[in-house]
Amino acid sequence: MAEFSLPKNSTVQPGKHFPAKDAKKSRTFRIYRWSPDDGQNPRIDTYEVDLASCGPMVLDALLKIKNEIDPTLTLRRSCREGICGSCAMNIDGTNTLACTKAISDCASGDVKIYPLPHMPVVKDLVPDLTHFYAQFASIKPWLRTQSAAPDRERLQSPEDRKKLDGLYECILCACCSTSCPSYWWNGDRYLGPAILLQAYRWIVDSRDEDTGARLDDLEDPFKLYRCHTIMNCARTCPKGLNPAKAIAEIKKLIVERRT
Amino acid sequence: MSANGQQHDVRKLLRNPLKRARGLGSAQSGVGHWWTQRVTATALVFLALWFVVTVLGALHADYATARSIIAKPWNALLLVAFVLAMCWHAVLGLQVVIEDYVHTRWKEVALLVLVKFIAVLGTLATLMAVLRVALGA
Repeated sequence: MAEFSLPKNSTVQPGKHFPAKDAKKSRTFRIYRWSPDDGQNPRIDTYEVDLASCGPMVLDALLKIKNEIDPTLTLRRSCREGICGSCAMNIDGTNTLACTKAISDCASGDVKIYPLPHMPVVKDLVPDLTHFYAQFASIKPWLRTQSAAPDRERLQSPEDRKKLDGLYECILCACCSTSCPSYWWNGDRYLGPAILLQAYRWIVDSRDEDTGARLDDLEDPFKLYRCHTIMNCARTCPKGLNPAKAIAEIKKLIVERRT
Repeated sequence: MSANGQQHDVRKLLRNPLKRARGLGSAQSGVGHWWTQRVTATALVFLALWFVVTVLGALHADYATARSIIAKPWNALLLVAFVLAMCWHAVLGLQVVIEDYVHTRWKEVALLVLVKFIAVLGTLATLMAVLRVALGA
């Protein structure tokens, strides 16, 4: 059966508490911790952070914790401006980017931070995205053509270029896929919203000549049709994109080509 | 098993992740299932409305009246259509639920086949009943 409860060794335990020293404006962060090295269950550590000396974003708080309170806290981050997708994690109950999520936008009370849901954890807030990236590679996400390479760029009309808007902005942070129950239960075979949005980005590209083969590859009860239009993907996307719509467009094209 | 529930199978560690992602490839099907589910759903919007209205109309009728309502050609036809659409739609829907949640292979296959058997038997039994009433056996 699908997993509805955590295995014993994944049950989360209470963790350490790091109180703030003479803080002017303290906010409490409760953060998921797990290390592969100590044989312990995951735990929730509690950090009190002085917002008076902290940047506005959740990533600022995480880095302040790592720099000043607990250097063992492990997370991925790079660009700090919502374009690399490294700091995707579950903050305040929603998958989003720590760098674009303002601390003040989190619900009142403690800010809870977990790694992306239902992924194997490498350490603390770092999920193992190997399979996610392999699924991306499996759709061959590059321009595929039959015609000979031209001497110059492959041109595209402004209208055709417009069709890529809302698709090309995807940074593959995996927030949507890991928010999707269908991806939780059947992620081994279901490609998930992020990869299907990327697949549609190439299907709808006027310069790509392998549209039929791309649709052939997707026409599968599990790769594509595990999408049940739950819409968590569109709700959680930190870039405001709509993967569910891209998936619906793929399904429409597959129906269209047989009638 | 490691602490986070991952299986460390040496054979799997040696495989490239792309091997797992590509899996057995595309089954080249699924669109028929998806489209039929939507078509039967559309039919059921109208048929279910008709069914509810007809059942309400026969609510306090005695046996002979209820029988004569079903025996009317239009009612018999729509009742057969309703049963067919509903069972077909139910099989398609239950198939998705089973594929989604039952991950033990033999249980999954057994349930998928069982659901189809029950649906076919149920459909045939209902059809037989309606036809017997409509054709006055």
